[in-house]
Amino acid sequence: MSISQCLLIKNGRVIDPSQNLDAITDILVRDGKIVAIGKAIPVRPDEPLESLDVSGLVVTPGWIDIHTHLREPGGTHKETIETGTRSAAAGGFTSIACMANTQPVNDSSYITTYIRQKVSSDSPVNVFPIGAVTKGLKGEELAEIGSMREAGIVAISDDGKTVMNAYLFRKALDYSRRFDLVVISHAEDLNLKGRGVMNEGFNSARFGLRGIPKAAEEVIVARDIYLAELTGARLHIAHASTAGSVALIREAKRRGIQVTAEVTPHHLTLTDEAVGPYDTNTKVAPPLREKEDIEALQEAVADGTIDALASDHAPHAREEKEVEYDHAEFGMVGLETAFPLYYSKVLKNHWDLSQLVSAMTWKPAQIIGVKKGTLQVGADADISIFDPKHEWTIDRQAFLSKSQNSPFHGWSMTGKPAFTIVAGKVIYRSAHLKGKS
Amino acid sequence: MANPIAPRANALELKSLLGTELLKIQQIQMLISTAFSFRQRADGGKPIPPTLSGKSAILLFFEASTRTRSSFEMAVQRLGGNAIVLTQQGSSAEKGETLLDTARTIQAMNPDILVLRHPSAGSPYLLDRELKLPIINAGDGFHEHPTQALLDLMTIFEMRKKIEGTRVLIVGDIAHSRVARSNIYALKTMGAEVSVCGPPTLLPPKIEKMGVQVFQDLEKAVLNQDVIMMLRIQFERLNSGQSPSRGEYARFYGMNRKLLKLCKPNVLIMHPGPINRGVELATEVADGAQSVILNQVSNGVLLRMAALHLLLGGEPFSWSEEIK
Repeated sequence: MSISQCLLIKNGRVIDPSQNLDAITDILVRDGKIVAIGKAIPVRPDEPLESLDVSGLVVTPGWIDIHTHLREPGGTHKETIETGTRSAAAGGFTSIACMANTQPVNDSSYITTYIRQKVSSDSPVNVFPIGAVTKGLKGEELAEIGSMREAGIVAISDDGKTVMNAYLFRKALDYSRRFDLVVISHAEDLNLKGRGVMNEGFNSARFGLRGIPKAAEEVIVARDIYLAELTGARLHIAHASTAGSVALIREAKRRGIQVTAEVTPHHLTLTDEAVGPYDTNTKVAPPLREKEDIEALQEAVADGTIDALASDHAPHAREEKEVEYDHAEFGMVGLETAFPLYYSKVLKNHWDLSQLVSAMTWKPAQIIGVKKGTLQVGADADISIFDPKHEWTIDRQAFLSKSQNSPFHGWSMTGKPAFTIVAGKVIYRSAHLKGKS
Repeated sequence: MANPIAPRANALELKSLLGTELLKIQQIQMLISTAFSFRQRADGGKPIPPTLSGKSAILLFFEASTRTRSSFEMAVQRLGGNAIVLTQQGSSAEKGETLLDTARTIQAMNPDILVLRHPSAGSPYLLDRELKLPIINAGDGFHEHPTQALLDLMTIFEMRKKIEGTRVLIVGDIAHSRVARSNIYALKTMGAEVSVCGPPTLLPPKIEKMGVQVFQDLEKAVLNQDVIMMLRIQFERLNSGQSPSRGEYARFYGMNRKLLKLCKPNVLIMHPGPINRGVELATEVADGAQSVILNQVSNGVLLRMAALHLLLGGEPFSWSEEIK
């Protein structure tokens, strides 16, 4: 932990898509803000200065994950604000947004305030709460959206559940405009989903598990796009998982509708084949799809149809996953494996590095409307630095998250978060750097 | 999905019998020929090897079952073993215990084998991963029911002396049928030609990728088949958007005397039971000359004896005819 007033980050490859920057250069931070970028930055001799030589490493604006579940209040056997935010820091994230499906649900300013107070004492990273669309996520009445906005929410979502009543969702979109909030849609038609636990296709037939058709997602994506057009509100599609959703979003953007979208690391890297040995860590909502969907999602990030990468970090306790596939909870942890998966498994063949960084920084910041995701002079000094060469193996026992529900245990990775810096302070330094610099 | 290799040697080289998907021809042959030789011994008054003498088998049944459960009980007894039946009503599952905890508790009592019937697909795989105990899958959700398929193959061989090249049609609720899946895998492995027929609402997606021919019209499907397996239709599937009514199901997917006339004269009619008379199977067909339904039941005990015997290290018995 550094408490120095000034921090000089030297000799790194600095990539900041917000200012089209990709150069080996230095960054000077003072009092939690970026004050200069360039070579040979003059420093005042009277100031205490900490210098961090990051030769060989890549320096980017702090990564932002707009889709996490911190489980507090109410689910602290799975995760707490403290463990979840430490997991975020270890995953290289400087800011995260947390979903409303806690217990009680974040559907009032009281809960929002409670979360923000816990964050101020327990979290090393910035946490932006997301409020519920409907009270108790029941899909019946609007939550106190305006009061929650005053208390600090950055978006509204009933994530985990779809607001099945189209009339009510339309009203939420209408109302959100008054408070300049984006409405995040969890798109799964509950009737089409039924008791499904995995993607409907050959593999669900083979494994004898109930399937969830791709259309369960697509009909809601299409509905919500029409409602965004009707209302002029800002719509964000959470965890798009199918080629059909990509096509709908692409067409909506072409028509000028205000829609953005995100994709998760697991939907970019795993197909429903992975369900095979009945590994309940592969049970997620929406479910893992097929090869053609992965390809469409990767392409959609490259062409900007999908704006942001988001982990959908969904911790669950071991006893909630060590059960029959039908009975396991939906979700997997993702904060500590997200970036390495993008970097090792997707980037090379599909994206350039500035696209990856942009989808983790500048673009998600714009979706939730926070002044983050840039290294421009005057910005908050939230900085993520990764080691592009480090080879390592994912070990879920080593996670800082309270939960270990990851199907990526044992995967070989190249590239690892090295330093996570929030407001000019180093809050995470990877153990693999010991002995270096 | 692998059937793991046994830590202790047995002739099948399997720790557990979880499904037919990955069974090899030799394993299927060994199970069926051992079952036939048990029958020959019984018919000839020769002793059945007491493989399970002093051993106990736990039959853990989380779903109602009469025939499979009693068939396993009888198989255990004929091999000299002790069968202990635990059903959902009598178990701690009702008190909220997880399946894995129930199974670990059972394992701690040192039984020799666990037979599991469970409504969730994959549950025997969960137990197989976590326990040392050998497991026989007696039906997991819609997934597999390997001993049923093997007894069906045994019955087909008994009647036709050949499985390879046999044309087998499976009719009914394929989507929710573990019997269909296990039969498709085992029959394909043995070289049979398999077709399925059912209403589109009850056919699983992309089933043709399993290498089966798919029919929706039963009158076309039955032509030129050697074996027709009628599946039980669950009443909860009727009147639920999957089929409008019993009557309509029987009209389009029931086997009756009229339809039988379109079939090959020596066709075999099979059914895993219990039968819904007058729905998927007309009484005169169920009780008719083509029906081998009771042979299936008899063979079931023998086949389950073979599975228990072989998994617990018993020697395979040869049979005068090659199972092919």
